[in-house]
Amino acid sequence: MPHRAKLSIRGLEMVFRAEGKETAVLHDIDLDVREGELVCILGPSGCGKSTLLNIVGGFLTPTAGSVTIDGEPVGGPDPRRIFVFQERGVFPWLTVEGNIGFGLGRLPAAERRERIAHYVRLVGLTGFENSYPQELSGGMKQRVEVARALAVNPDMLYLDEPFGALDSITRLVMRSELLRIWDAEKKTILFVTHDIDESVQLADRVIVMSARPATIRRVVTIDLPHPRDLSSRRYLELRDGIFEEIGLAHRI
Amino acid sequence: MKTRAFDRILWPALSTALVLIVWHFAVRWTKTSVFPSPLEVARGFVELARRGVLLRYAADSLFRVGSGYGLALALGIPTGLLLGWSPAGARAVNPVIQLLRPISPLAWIPVSIVLFGISNFATIFLIFLASFFPIVVATMNGVRGIPAMYLRAGRNFDLSPVARLWRVMLPAALPQVLTGLRIALGIAWLVVVAAEMIAVDSGLGYLVIDSRNAGKRYDLVVAAMISIGLIGVALNFSMRRVERLRSVRWGFRSA
Amino acid sequence: MSGSGLLLLMLFWSAAIRISHQTLLPGPLKVAAAIGELAQKGFLVKHVVASLFRVTWGYLMAVIVGVPFGIFLGWRRRAELAFAPLIEFLRPISPLAWIPIAILWFGVGDFGAIFIIFLASVLPLTLTAMNAVGRVTATHWNAGRNFGLSPADMARKVLAPAIFPQLIVGLRLTLGIAWLVVVAAEMIAVNSGLGFLIIDARNAGNRYDLVVAGMVLIGLIGLALDLAMRRLERLPAASWGYQTPAEVAA
Repeated sequence: MPHRAKLSIRGLEMVFRAEGKETAVLHDIDLDVREGELVCILGPSGCGKSTLLNIVGGFLTPTAGSVTIDGEPVGGPDPRRIFVFQERGVFPWLTVEGNIGFGLGRLPAAERRERIAHYVRLVGLTGFENSYPQELSGGMKQRVEVARALAVNPDMLYLDEPFGALDSITRLVMRSELLRIWDAEKKTILFVTHDIDESVQLADRVIVMSARPATIRRVVTIDLPHPRDLSSRRYLELRDGIFEEIGLAHRI
Repeated sequence: MKTRAFDRILWPALSTALVLIVWHFAVRWTKTSVFPSPLEVARGFVELARRGVLLRYAADSLFRVGSGYGLALALGIPTGLLLGWSPAGARAVNPVIQLLRPISPLAWIPVSIVLFGISNFATIFLIFLASFFPIVVATMNGVRGIPAMYLRAGRNFDLSPVARLWRVMLPAALPQVLTGLRIALGIAWLVVVAAEMIAVDSGLGYLVIDSRNAGKRYDLVVAAMISIGLIGVALNFSMRRVERLRSVRWGFRSA
Repeated sequence: MSGSGLLLLMLFWSAAIRISHQTLLPGPLKVAAAIGELAQKGFLVKHVVASLFRVTWGYLMAVIVGVPFGIFLGWRRRAELAFAPLIEFLRPISPLAWIPIAILWFGVGDFGAIFIIFLASVLPLTLTAMNAVGRVTATHWNAGRNFGLSPADMARKVLAPAIFPQLIVGLRLTLGIAWLVVVAAEMIAVNSGLGFLIIDARNAGNRYDLVVAGMVLIGLIGLALDLAMRRLERLPAASWGYQTPAEVAA
């Protein structure tokens, strides 16, 4: 694995100004992400981790600091780095095929069709090509969104609590699906979540954020091989470590 | 509890029968000589059909609606899109809309006569005015209600502003726009009839007024009113069919 | 910021008049003068009151008849199936098309106009009430039943508060309709009121400054009525029911 960072964040600060009030949301963020890594940004809701992801994605401009990808500063949204929202990001007026093919307008028709078919298969939605999102379950809608993101062959994927709207059983399924796809496509993934288990199950490294104004409390390297055994001692150690870091009790 | 198709027909049929019966006997018992009974109205229908008047006047009214409404569509949707896109523009224009809206289109009749004389154009202008505002407002609100997420996705996939307008904004706003279009069509139909009662000499509205003035033919008056109702229902029904298309159905709460 | 739009409208208006070189239609200043004239001669109050009087009566009667009937239709599915199509059929018939019948039954005068306003308002109000009842979720009904509420209590504690937001919006929109219709009805069937003023000013001497003055007054009063009703929507009893601006705007 190359040592030069794919994504490099230095001294990031974000202050929101609204109606005379200033809210500091992010403070002094320094982070490197290597190519092909799956990094989780973990923190409680509202702490600013989505803001961080939006800045990295080019949708927000930071108050201070720099974000560079492959050495270039991030100037705005870019199809090389696709953002995946929660299921509501899927376009309801397009079919599954229409959604997945959304970013492929510039390709010749035959190649486009092939790509769409490939990604329909990859995310396990064969047979639903002509269905509309309102006919699909939450998990299926999320697969559509991931397929749409992958179809344009981006370098990086940013996922903002993508499984948040799903029930916990579906979430488990989707996590292993994500890992399967990641293994097949080898993208660099930045994944925001508030779920400690999720972060330990998925990530190579977990960036634990503090509450607002968010700083990086700790970076935990998850040295477990895939597939991860969720009852292994090492998994529980790592997980409990993060629990303690955040200051949560072990009994309720 | 799904409604059986049978129920959907039975109950309105019963209430319609009830209305007709009450009507018939009310006319009988009050021994009125002027107000028509259901049978007389039915005969009036036949008479109008035979004279070819019904079809001709209906076509006149529909033509006026089509022109005025079509114009309102062509101008209103782009205007609404623009206003929805630019919040500053919307804020400036909104008070103007709020001020002009409560003015009944018919109050514009004298102005329209000055501008166009007594002619088809005057009525078409009125219909245009009446339809324009609801279409603009519905389009504007449709655009403003689009979740930011869709527009962000559009930028993420490197769409040009024009492509974003066409491939994201318009489809996302379409359900709300269609509702506005349906309501505007209903308004247009109401206004054409009213305008024809005042400003021209053909059309279903004119038929209503003329049947009374030219001989107190209330049977024809009611026949004309029923025709107006039926065509209005047909127009509304067609618009609702459009709302059921799969690419817009997502935007409508299921009944 | 909102003033700038109106200012632009005024400028556009006066420029349009200037450019068109015709003497009939007035510019903003002439209209303002005409309003002053009406106020001085006492006609302003007379006509405004006449129009408001008819709207109030027709509208209130429609509320008293339409809202309970609509609630009944929303509550009993069969009643809705029976009567909703009839209402949908009557709705596209312009209230003005009822004028010959109104004149037949009530003669020319206030009653006829009030009848027209009643007709124009009762149908939308019935539908609003009916739809509002339909949107009360099963969860709410079940909670009421769970707490053992009597039918009267259900009506008071569950139904009424639940439909209130929807109803208020519907009342506001219908008042707007009533205001539109009164003006139109007055143009045909009576001899006072703002609608009459417009027609009369033209017929009795091409006083287009009075015509447009009438239009401006109609717009202002309609706007005032709308704003007054919107305040009701801010009451806590109503504001919980509005999710997005899109639902409230109309």
